[in-house]
Amino acid sequence: MPLGGVIFITIFIATFGYILIRLARLTGGVAKKTSQAKFDIYECGIPVEEKKDTKISVKFYLTAILFILFDIEIIFMYPWAVNFKNFIAMGAGAFVFISMFVFLSLFIFGLWWEIKSKALEWD
Amino acid sequence: MTSAMTSMGATGLEITVNLIKTVLVFLMMVQAVPILVWLERRGSAFIQNRFGPNRVGPLGLVQLLADAVKFLTKEDFVPEKGSRFMFYAAPIFALIPAAIAYMAIPMSVPLKLDSAMIKATFLIQGFEINVGIVFVLGVSSLAAYTILMAGWGSGSKYSLMGALRASAQIISYELALGLSIVGVILLYGSFSLTEMIAAQQGVLKFSMFGYTVACDYLPNWGIFYQPLGMMLFFAATFAESNRLPFDLAEGEAELVAGFHTEYGGFKMLMFFIGEYGHMMIASGLMATFFFGGYSIWSYTPQEVYQWLYAWVGSAQLANILNTAVHFLSYNIKFAFFLWIFIWVRWTLPRFRYDQLMDIGWKTMLPWALANAMITATLIFVGSYFAF
Repeated sequence: MPLGGVIFITIFIATFGYILIRLARLTGGVAKKTSQAKFDIYECGIPVEEKKDTKISVKFYLTAILFILFDIEIIFMYPWAVNFKNFIAMGAGAFVFISMFVFLSLFIFGLWWEIKSKALEWD
Repeated sequence: MTSAMTSMGATGLEITVNLIKTVLVFLMMVQAVPILVWLERRGSAFIQNRFGPNRVGPLGLVQLLADAVKFLTKEDFVPEKGSRFMFYAAPIFALIPAAIAYMAIPMSVPLKLDSAMIKATFLIQGFEINVGIVFVLGVSSLAAYTILMAGWGSGSKYSLMGALRASAQIISYELALGLSIVGVILLYGSFSLTEMIAAQQGVLKFSMFGYTVACDYLPNWGIFYQPLGMMLFFAATFAESNRLPFDLAEGEAELVAGFHTEYGGFKMLMFFIGEYGHMMIASGLMATFFFGGYSIWSYTPQEVYQWLYAWVGSAQLANILNTAVHFLSYNIKFAFFLWIFIWVRWTLPRFRYDQLMDIGWKTMLPWALANAMITATLIFVGSYFAF
């Protein structure tokens, strides 16, 4: 892993972005407060209601949880997929093939159950 | 520190060149954005039968510079209700995942220099990573955080809702994206993007059930093995980079401008660079996975080198020309997919949010799963039962 390069370019880009914003601040200037409305958040012209804890649909949380479950299952497939041809060459193909299909049947059952229990319905 | 730096090269010269190269790839990415914006505006005008920007300079090309000057004169603004640190940090962080992921994509055959002064091999990419796919997917999905930071930092309800929608959409399509690549990994048996391109060189040739099929006039590209995987991957990358028809995050009719409602000037431009960077990663990966990367049709780099050598008669010059020709080949494929991104944006209308989620979870995920299972079955059965 060229870790040195990754760290170097991350620092470089962060500095680049910082300088760009600083430069734009220098040439454009800081916004002058000519009125309160200019510094309010955009809200289609109606008076701003200060309420940061906006209620958010629980569906977003559910989607995030389901994503974590399924993504981990998919990540499990990666090492299997990369070694599949090696396993066949070694003669262990049938075992590896069938065990992944058992795993995938659980995956499919999970997806089916999720759809059936209407966890993915957005209204 | 030393061991981490040595992985970028053995000698001081190599380390220096490799670090400069990462900066060059990043700057190349940044300066490609104005060209893409111009292409997008001219392309949309062409599709919608109007003129587009054509006043400033030839074909409106100097419009980009005029826009940059306009951005420089904008006041620096932070909404009072927002979180100041996150508001500033989000656009800077938006640049990082896009740029780093793009570094891992190989753009040409390594440049071999073999003269009295320099004797070294330079890769035409930011840095080589032997688990390229995992790295690119992992790093580029960090973009969800920058969008959430922008949404939360703005303190506006439109921004927050846009950011939530965007992150839910990105993680939903991450599943289909990750699963559509399983077929590719099965096929090449490698995570390394360089090895994948090497496996796709030459003419179309595969063996199954003990027969070997060869096709002299077609290249050995992934699209002939993974057509369904290609379509699923490409569709999922549209959702990942927040482009139409999946740009629910900034649906103007509902959310004003989504997560960047409160942004303007250079900060807005940096989100743009991030978004176009994700398009570039998607185009580069499309070329690498399914269209042979930098390889030229069905000719291997060795064959191309032989012809160039016969033509110029100097090994040194032939090496440099070989790299240049393959770099051009990669960029033609790359530009083609970027144009498809623009083409689709001005052709298809936006989905509704429940349709978007249904397509991701109930259509693309099962199809990607079927694609992986069918590929595994064919590889397994084809290698065991030879008639």
